[in-house]
Amino acid sequence: MVTIRVNGRTTANAVPDRTLLVHYLRDTVGLTGTKVGCDTSSCGACTVLLDGESVKSCTVLAAQADGRAVTTVEGLGADGALHPVQRAFRQQHGLQCGFCTPGMIMAAVSLLRENPKPTRAEVRQALEGNLCRCTGYHNIVSAVIDASGQPVAE
Amino acid sequence: MSLLGTKVVRTEDLRLITSGGVYVDDLREPMLAGAAHAVFVRSVVAHARIGSVDVSAASKAPGVVGVFTAADLDLAPASDEPTAEPWLAGDVVRYVGEPIALVLTEERYQLADAAELVDVDYDPLPAVIGFDSALAGDPLLFAGTDSNVFRTNGAPLDESTFRDYEVVVTCRTVNQRVAPSPMEARGASCVWGADGRLVMWLSTQNAQIARTTLAKRLDVDPALVRVVTPDVGGGFGAKIGAHPEAVVLAWAARRTGRAVRWMESRSENLTAMTHGRGQRQTVTVAGRRDGTVAALRLDIEQDLGAYPRAPHLPGLTEMMASGVYRVPRVETSAVMVLTNTVPIAAYRGAGRPEAAAAVERAMDVFAAEIGMDPVEVRKRNFIRPQEFPYRTPNGTEYDTGEYEAALDRALAAADYSALRAEQARRRAAGDVVALGIGISTYVEITGDGSGESGRVDVNRDGSVTAYTGSSPHGQGIATTLAMLLSDRLGIPMARITVRHGDTDEVPKGIGTFGSRSLQLGGSAIRLAADQVIERARILAADLLEASPTDVELDVDRGVWQVRGAASAGSVAWQQIAEREPLSEDVWFGDGASTFPFGAHIAVVDVDTATGKVVLRRMIAADDAGPVLNPVAFRGQRHGGLAQGVAQAMLEEVGYDTDGNPVTATLADYSFITATELPDFELVESVTPTTRNLLGVKGIGEAATIGSTPAVQNAVVDALAHLGVRHVDMPTTPMRVWRAINEAGGAIG
Repeated sequence: MVTIRVNGRTTANAVPDRTLLVHYLRDTVGLTGTKVGCDTSSCGACTVLLDGESVKSCTVLAAQADGRAVTTVEGLGADGALHPVQRAFRQQHGLQCGFCTPGMIMAAVSLLRENPKPTRAEVRQALEGNLCRCTGYHNIVSAVIDASGQPVAE
Repeated sequence: MSLLGTKVVRTEDLRLITSGGVYVDDLREPMLAGAAHAVFVRSVVAHARIGSVDVSAASKAPGVVGVFTAADLDLAPASDEPTAEPWLAGDVVRYVGEPIALVLTEERYQLADAAELVDVDYDPLPAVIGFDSALAGDPLLFAGTDSNVFRTNGAPLDESTFRDYEVVVTCRTVNQRVAPSPMEARGASCVWGADGRLVMWLSTQNAQIARTTLAKRLDVDPALVRVVTPDVGGGFGAKIGAHPEAVVLAWAARRTGRAVRWMESRSENLTAMTHGRGQRQTVTVAGRRDGTVAALRLDIEQDLGAYPRAPHLPGLTEMMASGVYRVPRVETSAVMVLTNTVPIAAYRGAGRPEAAAAVERAMDVFAAEIGMDPVEVRKRNFIRPQEFPYRTPNGTEYDTGEYEAALDRALAAADYSALRAEQARRRAAGDVVALGIGISTYVEITGDGSGESGRVDVNRDGSVTAYTGSSPHGQGIATTLAMLLSDRLGIPMARITVRHGDTDEVPKGIGTFGSRSLQLGGSAIRLAADQVIERARILAADLLEASPTDVELDVDRGVWQVRGAASAGSVAWQQIAEREPLSEDVWFGDGASTFPFGAHIAVVDVDTATGKVVLRRMIAADDAGPVLNPVAFRGQRHGGLAQGVAQAMLEEVGYDTDGNPVTATLADYSFITATELPDFELVESVTPTTRNLLGVKGIGEAATIGSTPAVQNAVVDALAHLGVRHVDMPTTPMRVWRAINEAGGAIG
């Protein structure tokens, strides 16, 4: 039995020992925003916040999150409003197919907590563990800069 | 003011950024409740006879619903050719990753446990890996054939015909095998309803083609198959139609009477989804010392992989062999070989990147041979604007082009002369970090003559629902089509819904590949909208008590009125639709291929001590005609650039000599990341085509095609002063370091 606070709501479920956090979120809790993109912790599509810090939820057992708080893309916006990072991804066309986007957004949220005014180069470094095949990363970097309140060069 | 050409954020995004959308593995459809989970047991040997497949232990594993092998399948073979691809391998396996059995279990986590218990007895055969091994012809991949050469195009080179030119250069290049690797791997869910109909949710680029394939293979009436594309997490050409796995899943769902869900792992995706490229090329360029090219010959060896899924690809390379140049004599040939590797199929550009890479590399070799700047050589040989439409000697009909103007814009943005001065300064100073400037001027083929469907309904409440056969999976075409309709009909985008990807809603369609969606799908929607307008004109005239020839649509206000008498009253779309719902369903079949073009300039630093290449700048002028939504247009170019750079610098699918994949995970495959790319510098250029209603060409693949040779040329250019004339892709530190050492060693 694990008890995990997910997006502010307490969840308690009996799951097999080997259940990964990403599958707990997707299959047990039913929040499918968090994606599985690889099997080697390389792509970052499954990135969520665990007690406020970004983790790859394919590499965390649900049991390891017992008693802790998880935030997924579904829990970012407050009262129906977009989180500044979500708003910026849309405004800057920081997504195309959208599959990497939830993980990318969560990694960006985590980055901006640690470094509220990053340079474009710092954003690239911080997002190295999150892969995107569509955007060439250019507009993802622009979105993070935008979300940080800094002007975005064309 | 027209919306067209203005930046419009995408209507697709809100769902994706708040709930993550609904991809095939996210489906919680009631019809899929209690679905069995599926996994394919795949060959771990590249080439072997299968002695036996023992499923007895697997069948007893916890949660197993069924284990199926070739012996269980009662599907007709895909073809009666000796090279037919089996649905599941029964007698021989021909690549690591080839499906041998299908395992169904109640729970997802039970799949791996059960699959591991399927015992396959392999009797290994020597693996055929690489062109030389394939051409040697021993062993043969297929009984009933006498060679591993599947097909040849054209005649071999007659060297005597290349003797009488002032300059002849020959360039041997490898256009390596790469993995499309969409972020969402392949997936499908399916169920046969009580009504005898199959519903398959499939991560595909074309629901309608998938439906046709499934119906044919399962031997059922197409009306009994519904294919639905949920959100699709990228395709890049590798998700065209229904793959064999989808057919087997539908068969298993029928056999077991269960709903079935399948989501492949990334390792499966890298070792069993089709790869792209896979050519070895010999390019011969002949001409004069004044820079004029007189003849070009491209000889292609195409690795098809284990099964010939896409033998049309080298033909596309041949069509585009002479690129943007006016070359009086153009010859091509292709030899297609079968090897014990994953089948090759389309990947962003599909045959055209290989052509651009060959001709653009060869032009640089030619320029080096005669001691001329690569820009100057290109300018001497461009097809001139007044020569369009232009027919190449090998029969390709280009529509429009402004090749030199595009290059000039890119050169200005790059400040080319300053870059050359910086390069000279570094060389004079003996700088260990060499500067390279790479030029690529490209043209490619987009769209085709097969057309696309479009339907536009004006509903009773005055809102619009449009249906397109295009099948976007990241391109933002729903937004662009809504812009087009809003502009044409004067109805706000918020009242326009674009539907796609469900064969019940859109029975006819071709889908999204080959950069065809806007030029064909967009033209179809435009045609349907125009027919709606003509029908509405008659109804509006009746309501306004005027002649149809006297009424007009005021698109700024979105109302119909009597021309020149706006004050006399107007009729809204809603009033017309209340009178008679409007619906026009068309097929735009008048399109023909279009030829977008551009000029890319790459600037690299190469550490001559270590071979490490850093891409400093990427300047891209891409011309695909008028731009409807600059947001999407620029986004397509960004993504294309990244994938092109990835092939030039980083990515390569590898096999060892026994046919074992050595890039089977994202930890091993050098998928390009944010840190390896600079901010892109985009330069605008607009040359319309005459070949469709919108004047547009495709932009989905263009930047991939242009960027690869620009980067490769930049790396070679950086090392030119060290005597390096060519470096194959990807330009990894090891390969660059070797090239430097073979040429005589690094600086310092």
